[in-house]
Amino acid sequence: MKIFGIFIRKEFWHIFRDKRTLLILFGMPVVQVILFGFAITNEIKEAKIAILDKSHDHLTRQISNKLLSSGYFILYSQPESDNQLEKAFQEGKTKLAVVFEPEFAQRLNKDRHAGIQLIADATDPNTANMLIGYASAIIRNWQMDFLGNPKLPYTITPEVKMVYNPEMKSVFMFVPGVITIILMLVSAMMTSIAVTREKELGTMEVLLASPIKPFFIIVGKVIPYLVLSLFNASVILMLGTFLFGMPIEGNLLLLMAEVTLFIITSLALGIFISTRTSSQQTAMMISLMALMLPTIILSGFIFPVENMPLPLQVISNIIPAKWFIIIVKSIMLKGVGLGEILKETLILTGMAAFFIALSVKNFKIRLE
Amino acid sequence: MPDPQIAIKTDGLTKEFGSFTAVNAITFEVHRGEIFGFLGANGAGKTTAMKMLNGLLKPTRGRATVAGFDVYRESEQIKKRIGYMSQKFSLYEDLTVRENIRFYGGIYGLSRKAIREKTAALVERLHMEEVKDTLVKSLPLGWKQKLSFSIALLHDPAIVFLDEPTGGVDPVTRRQFWNLIYDAAERGVTVFVTTHYMDEAEYCGRISIMVDGRIEALGTPGELKARFGAANMDEVFLKLARNK
Repeated sequence: MKIFGIFIRKEFWHIFRDKRTLLILFGMPVVQVILFGFAITNEIKEAKIAILDKSHDHLTRQISNKLLSSGYFILYSQPESDNQLEKAFQEGKTKLAVVFEPEFAQRLNKDRHAGIQLIADATDPNTANMLIGYASAIIRNWQMDFLGNPKLPYTITPEVKMVYNPEMKSVFMFVPGVITIILMLVSAMMTSIAVTREKELGTMEVLLASPIKPFFIIVGKVIPYLVLSLFNASVILMLGTFLFGMPIEGNLLLLMAEVTLFIITSLALGIFISTRTSSQQTAMMISLMALMLPTIILSGFIFPVENMPLPLQVISNIIPAKWFIIIVKSIMLKGVGLGEILKETLILTGMAAFFIALSVKNFKIRLE
Repeated sequence: MPDPQIAIKTDGLTKEFGSFTAVNAITFEVHRGEIFGFLGANGAGKTTAMKMLNGLLKPTRGRATVAGFDVYRESEQIKKRIGYMSQKFSLYEDLTVRENIRFYGGIYGLSRKAIREKTAALVERLHMEEVKDTLVKSLPLGWKQKLSFSIALLHDPAIVFLDEPTGGVDPVTRRQFWNLIYDAAERGVTVFVTTHYMDEAEYCGRISIMVDGRIEALGTPGELKARFGAANMDEVFLKLARNK
């Protein structure tokens, strides 16, 4: 027990004396949450639009006002011709243009048909899609009002309700994602670097030639990172809650227990990496390529797993982060208990056990 | 019953890595309190042989005892009785002199009081009072080396293994370092040292010269020089390498 204390204290000395480590440990989580929370957002708010009104009648004005009062759009320019419209797009600020055809109101009254053209800047396809969707919905709404009661024999009105994240705030998606990435980074990458550093320095040899059991060397090495990871997870959760209003509907203790489980899985992965490499640089490359990239791309953090091609969907199942993100979202947003996420928890536990067994087997008592 | 005067004894000790034989059936004895030099060119198998003795590598064949304990079955006992200084000095660069001493003392299970006393004595002996709270990375190489050696002796081991301890330092510092080794040997510590500096061989009580995994010669420096008709160890070594 005493030897443990000595080990852990030494590890903290290493961590607190290395500015780079400190920056990754404490700067990164805060910066990531704030970046993802504020800068990278999928929500549409005050998108700049252009309205080319070739008709200038009371109906086109009504529709324009309706669009602009929705809060989603602000009028950026009012071009007079198609040429000017093209220029407005090329400037790059206009994201959407609404074009009313000439004699809009007349046609609507006479022919019962009039056209509105929606042109979106699809250099950013997601945003373009969303803008078109919002604008179409507003125009449809106006049409319903305009027609009064449509004389259709049957009407089906879909009532849409977004549950668990009614305002569709993207931060709700990013907080679980950022927690996952930071925990991976701190637990897996930092430990694999910390262990290989001792190999590089030759201190690992001396430790192994001493009476301490290798098991204790490893545990002494990972405990500080476990503590720091838990601390980091708490900071991110607090930022998410207090800064972005993300709810924690479920049990906080259950959430932290699952976080700990994921940290242990990542630590085991980190140790496993360090048993296979002997230089810090290789350890870092492997952590980045084999852990971080799949975690970011295949975990469902940024790209929904359901939309991936089948082979990638299958591969995503072996990514611990995928299961962890499901767990975190379920607890935080849906407020579920252990019963509902038992499957995911068991899978994660299985992975943790597997990697621990693998790294224990690989961690050679006698160095090569 | 093991002879208490024998610190290390090997019999046909062999280590193979796949089809490559790094250490080929070496047999020798090291006496208690002796400075035993283990010489050879780079890649001759010195470090591999040493790692089999201090428990870092499992031998492929052969027998060996260290401090009377078997290297296969009793490595835990051996580890308590040996000190080890690796080629890379094995200090933590981002820890201070005192913190390094405290850490290594701690992992060998020394009490807090013992560590305090030993730290004071060590710092005084090495004249490091002024730098005891300095990070090791800012110390000159020679100091690191002396500190590393003293830390390997912190828990009063019966045998200390030094793996090329004087790599990359100037002759004056090397001489000072050997004085520390003599001090230790006088206190009864067996010193097992590998080196490829032939002039250092002269400082050893007995030496063995390894060529391609085998011990080609073993004896006191005087004996070896006489046997090969050489003026110094350099010549002995060259003759051995040429005869091969």
